Amino acid sequence: MSATGNRGRVLGLVTVIVLVGLLAFLLGRGVGLERTVPPIEELTVERIELPDAGRIRVHVVNGGQDGVTIHQVIVDDAVWAFAIHPGPTIDRLGRATIEVPYPWVEGDTHEVRLVSRNGITFDATIEVATRTPSATPGWFGRLALLGLYVGVLPVALGLATYPFLRALGRRGIDFLLALTVGLLVFLAIDTLAEALELAGEAAGAFHAPILVWIVTLATLLGLLAITARRRAHGGDLSPLAVAAFIALGIGLHNLGEGLAIGAALATGAVGLGTFLVVGFTLHNITEGIGIAAPLLRGAPRLRHFAGLALLAGGPAVIGCWIGGLVFDPFWAAIFLAVGAGAILQVVFEVGRLVAGRGEEGMSGLWRGEVLAGAGVGVMLMYATALLVPA
Amino acid sequence: MSKEEKEFHEGDESRPEPGRSRWGVSRRAILKGSALAGAAALGGATFSQTGRRGGLLQPRAEIPHLHGGAGGGGPVKDIRLGGFDPSAFATHFDTGKVSRLPDGRTLREYDMVALDREIEIAPGVWFPAWTYNGRVPGPTIRCTEGDRVRVRFTNAGSHAHTIHFHGFHRADMDGVFENVEPGHGFVYEFDAEPFGLHLYHCHTTPLRRHIHKGLYGAFLVDPPGGRPPAREYVMVMNGFDTNFDNENEFYAVNTVAFHYMRHPLPAVVGERVRLYVVNALEFDLINSIHLHANFFDVYRTGTRLETTEFTDTVMFCQGERHVLELNFRYPGRFMFHAHQSEFAELGWMGFFDVRDG
Repeated sequence: MSATGNRGRVLGLVTVIVLVGLLAFLLGRGVGLERTVPPIEELTVERIELPDAGRIRVHVVNGGQDGVTIHQVIVDDAVWAFAIHPGPTIDRLGRATIEVPYPWVEGDTHEVRLVSRNGITFDATIEVATRTPSATPGWFGRLALLGLYVGVLPVALGLATYPFLRALGRRGIDFLLALTVGLLVFLAIDTLAEALELAGEAAGAFHAPILVWIVTLATLLGLLAITARRRAHGGDLSPLAVAAFIALGIGLHNLGEGLAIGAALATGAVGLGTFLVVGFTLHNITEGIGIAAPLLRGAPRLRHFAGLALLAGGPAVIGCWIGGLVFDPFWAAIFLAVGAGAILQVVFEVGRLVAGRGEEGMSGLWRGEVLAGAGVGVMLMYATALLVPA
Repeated sequence: MSKEEKEFHEGDESRPEPGRSRWGVSRRAILKGSALAGAAALGGATFSQTGRRGGLLQPRAEIPHLHGGAGGGGPVKDIRLGGFDPSAFATHFDTGKVSRLPDGRTLREYDMVALDREIEIAPGVWFPAWTYNGRVPGPTIRCTEGDRVRVRFTNAGSHAHTIHFHGFHRADMDGVFENVEPGHGFVYEFDAEPFGLHLYHCHTTPLRRHIHKGLYGAFLVDPPGGRPPAREYVMVMNGFDTNFDNENEFYAVNTVAFHYMRHPLPAVVGERVRLYVVNALEFDLINSIHLHANFFDVYRTGTRLETTEFTDTVMFCQGERHVLELNFRYPGRFMFHAHQSEFAELGWMGFFDVRDG
């Protein structure tokens, strides 16, 4: 053991001891900058349920620096009786459920206001009061049907264009692959934006927006690392593998879409009409075409198409179920962030295909059919997005 | 206990909610008219089956202290006992330290101290108030027309304050120009006139903040011969902006929301009741009092001994005050509240508990 090594260890130990001592001192004595004014209270209403006629249930989380004690509840400018579990004081990052026996009115808007010990108010709005569905087989079935409409059906329809795409020449195929890149870029941005929006609704102390970026990047890099390793061992990805990756990324996106639709339905925020469902279906047909595009260079079987349709569309059903029963903005944001990372990874993979398997370097990207395809892909997604609610 | 309250407590499991049809599809679904919206809304199709009042509420023991005749309306629990008691305040009149002046007139001396104090304005909810003598409203100052009134004011608060009395007095006794800084004092002295129901409040700017934080009270000047004997109550109508959004979160008479729901004011059949009602509300332009199952004589500002109106609802602008006189014909609990339903349901509601004489 060398003398320098020992000295390094001693120094390291001293640093740790000093740090621990400093923390203990500060936690015990304070940093000398403590507020003397009342605490800044922060409470986030995560979810409101209307389980029965005459009952409102509010789920809250304390994302602030200090504990918050709820002493009164006001609904629509009327002080109302309530029960709070586990207790009136909600510690930092703690959660509570508040039950209010209020005769809410079907279809009306209601304002719920929580009043803290210090008279600080936390407001939440029930946009359109409608009974929160309970987990009955019927409700599961309706959500599943909705997931099939917006997920599985359009992807399957998109994949069904495969025989027609087959007739295309090399330039046509490159156009389609570029179109896939365009729509994937649109989806990546859309997914990330939605993830950040939901992250903004989560309690501040969770720092969900930062987490969204980190999860997105981690997913992207992780998937890139996996495909890079595969490439190092057994050459390039097969067309089917590329299609599977696209389907996975789109599936994660559709999971997020399902979450949002299910939650909107459950809370009555959106009344889905036929027009909107058709909009979602058209919007997602393009996704199916995107999955089919890389397969033009392989020899896929029918069961491959079935598997891809389920992989890309099936998560919409699961998303609808989760969103329709237990919607949590924080976890929804994380799911969507994973989806955004997965989609970005597919952008890399398909971009590589378009560029000509790396043989021509980046120059393969600047051909007319590729640029046109990417542009049309983005525009197609934007145009069909006009059919669906934000 | 009212019928609805009873129903809530006991939970009538068998009775369907009145007025709800068995057809539970929502209005929105009908408007949308689409198959899917219908399917979505069918989540609520079991509504009419479960739509019973009371029975579907949480175990009753978990929602304590329900008051009022409006189902679950009213606050949970009571205020901290041993603090400011609105029941005692309603019947307490501060007649001052009485002595005789050389000319034979009565001198009444009062000590008033401005104090910053946190007060409980609804069960569990506290407000950082500015007070006269540590409470809101300040003491009800009572004297007789022609008395000499001397108020020794000390400012022990954190901001400059004054006391501005309504009534006749000299300009330098008006509590407008002589701001009293923290740690300083001022002596207000004037003759009590005219008789009637007045108020006093701080007149330091910014005015609205100094008033809404609690610096106000009733100033009652009796007519020289007095008024007929009666059971008397002071009601200072007020509200509190607890989150500083320039709107009141809670309303009351005598500060504590719903206090007289939990602790009704006693009265006796056939016995005259006199209410001294002062509107000290800020932010909202108009306030009112409405009495159930009864009518009262209104003596506007209390400055005449003849009634001007016989009604059951009377309106008050900010700073307005009236003397109301009534008799109860029947025993039982009778509600009184602002006829602004919002104010009532945010705390400005109470009961008279009337017994047979």
